[in-house]
Amino acid sequence: MNKPSSVVGITSGDNSTAAFDVEKIRADFPILSQTVYDGKPLVYLDNGASAQKPRQVIDSMSDLYETRYSNVHRGVHWTSQQSTNAYEAGRQKAAAYLNAASDNEIIFTRGATEAINLVAASWGRANLKAGDEVVISHMEHHSNIVPWQLLRQEKDIVIKVVPIDDDGNFLFDEFEKLLSDKTKMVAVTHVSNALGTIVPVADVIKAAHEKGALVLIDGCQAVPHLAVDVQALGADFYVFSGHKLYGPTGIGILWGREDILNAMPPYQGGGEMIASVTFEKTTFQKAPHRFEAGTPAIAEVVGLGAAIDYVNAIGLDNIAAHEHGVLQYATERLQAMDGVTIIGNAREKAAIVSFALDGIHPHDVGTFVDRAGVAVRVGHHCAQPVMDRFGVAATARASFGLYNTRAEVDTLVDALKETKKFFG
Amino acid sequence: MFDDLRDLYQEVILDHGKSPRNFRRPEDHTCLAHGNNPVCGDTLVVYITQDDNGKITDAAFQGQGCAISVASASMMTGIVKGKTIEEANRLFDGFHNMCTRDDFDIAELGDCDEDALDRLVMLSGVKEFPIRVKCATLAWHTMQAAVSGEEETSTE
Repeated sequence: MNKPSSVVGITSGDNSTAAFDVEKIRADFPILSQTVYDGKPLVYLDNGASAQKPRQVIDSMSDLYETRYSNVHRGVHWTSQQSTNAYEAGRQKAAAYLNAASDNEIIFTRGATEAINLVAASWGRANLKAGDEVVISHMEHHSNIVPWQLLRQEKDIVIKVVPIDDDGNFLFDEFEKLLSDKTKMVAVTHVSNALGTIVPVADVIKAAHEKGALVLIDGCQAVPHLAVDVQALGADFYVFSGHKLYGPTGIGILWGREDILNAMPPYQGGGEMIASVTFEKTTFQKAPHRFEAGTPAIAEVVGLGAAIDYVNAIGLDNIAAHEHGVLQYATERLQAMDGVTIIGNAREKAAIVSFALDGIHPHDVGTFVDRAGVAVRVGHHCAQPVMDRFGVAATARASFGLYNTRAEVDTLVDALKETKKFFG
Repeated sequence: MFDDLRDLYQEVILDHGKSPRNFRRPEDHTCLAHGNNPVCGDTLVVYITQDDNGKITDAAFQGQGCAISVASASMMTGIVKGKTIEEANRLFDGFHNMCTRDDFDIAELGDCDEDALDRLVMLSGVKEFPIRVKCATLAWHTMQAAVSGEEETSTE
């Protein structure tokens, strides 16, 4: 196998170390033993869109349904108590994963999108007035742009955008210039889903707080790769989706500081979120239940808890080191190809490489490498402003997870070479 | 490695994709529409010129897209030239069915010129790639939007 000598930190085999056995990890993911298109091993490099699920996650959900499922926080019966315990254990695991000060700071949502919408609708409507400013960055996912635009329609707020440079670096000096007494919210991604850029969020939070603004961090692309400590960061809100962290779809986390959450009006009304209801007046629970109207995604919370356990057992440091090796290898191999441009060369990156092949549209690239069994994302990655910034409509993106190997990168590169040949 | 992609990416399609025909903005166009494929972010502008009787005397496009969508736009603009709106719409209906229905019978297209038919059949290889059907039909949707007075359309 072709391995450049410049890749550091490799002990033996395919980037496996004593603490990190990638083959053992791969065996936990049933889908990775699948073959596609007449026997080609599935090479799954679309983890930025959604990650695959280990057996432990799948089993945890089946086990709940098969042995102790019921609605939560309702019944006095055994299954309800069991399910409630399992559900609240998921909350504790999420709280610990982010080092939240309290379990009450963890609100279950359908995903990061709903979490951001919740903050924009609840906190935003209650606290923002015409002329107030929300600062986002140029590399936000649409889910951290559109909720603020919806609020702008309603409240006449101003949205300011932090520029990025040609390598995809967050321009911190420009960010500081955008801050003013009018800035009430800074909502930025932790890791860009289109470019892989790691944003210096600790510095962002510090600077924003000096102006009295709150900070929301979109951690979707960060939590599978980096250890996050919301208290050390000093953030006010932190959101992520479970399915990118090897958990199920339909479950996400809104972490918020407890004092802020308890001062926010409800987002949706219904069961579970009330303290008492009469036709004249309803009083609401405190966080987190205030924001969890209706029967929640119980099995999904259990699955997310299992995913967090899984990641913790391997260790985020080990995962980050492994993924960094794969990313570096992929970057080097792509750079070595003629006619390949990497889009996004930020100083600090995590697990994502976006690229373009000269003269071949990413959509065609995606269709071709797919036939080699390689799943990459092609398109605008729900980040059209980033695409505009780099003057492209779309890119191809390989995004890595803890189970990816350098051999899989080789398969991608071979497929890209064949694609180039095909298009001549 | 990619033999099974030859049906979709035939030489003629690759040629149209690389060197699209009618890739221009006619000054005398009588209507235009912007077409968006939200799946991939591709955008096309289709320009149609009609005479007083409603016949399409010129059709052209600009924009960027994958090989399939550019080839389709290139072919579409060639095919609809000289046709009435009704004929163009009928061809699109037929082409759409060809790309999406397993039980499609070529006879459903009715009377149409053979050259147009050959090209449409060639592109209908996208049927095996459901996500790419939108690439092949974007130009046609946009043409239809232009002649019916909509300025914006999308494959969604």
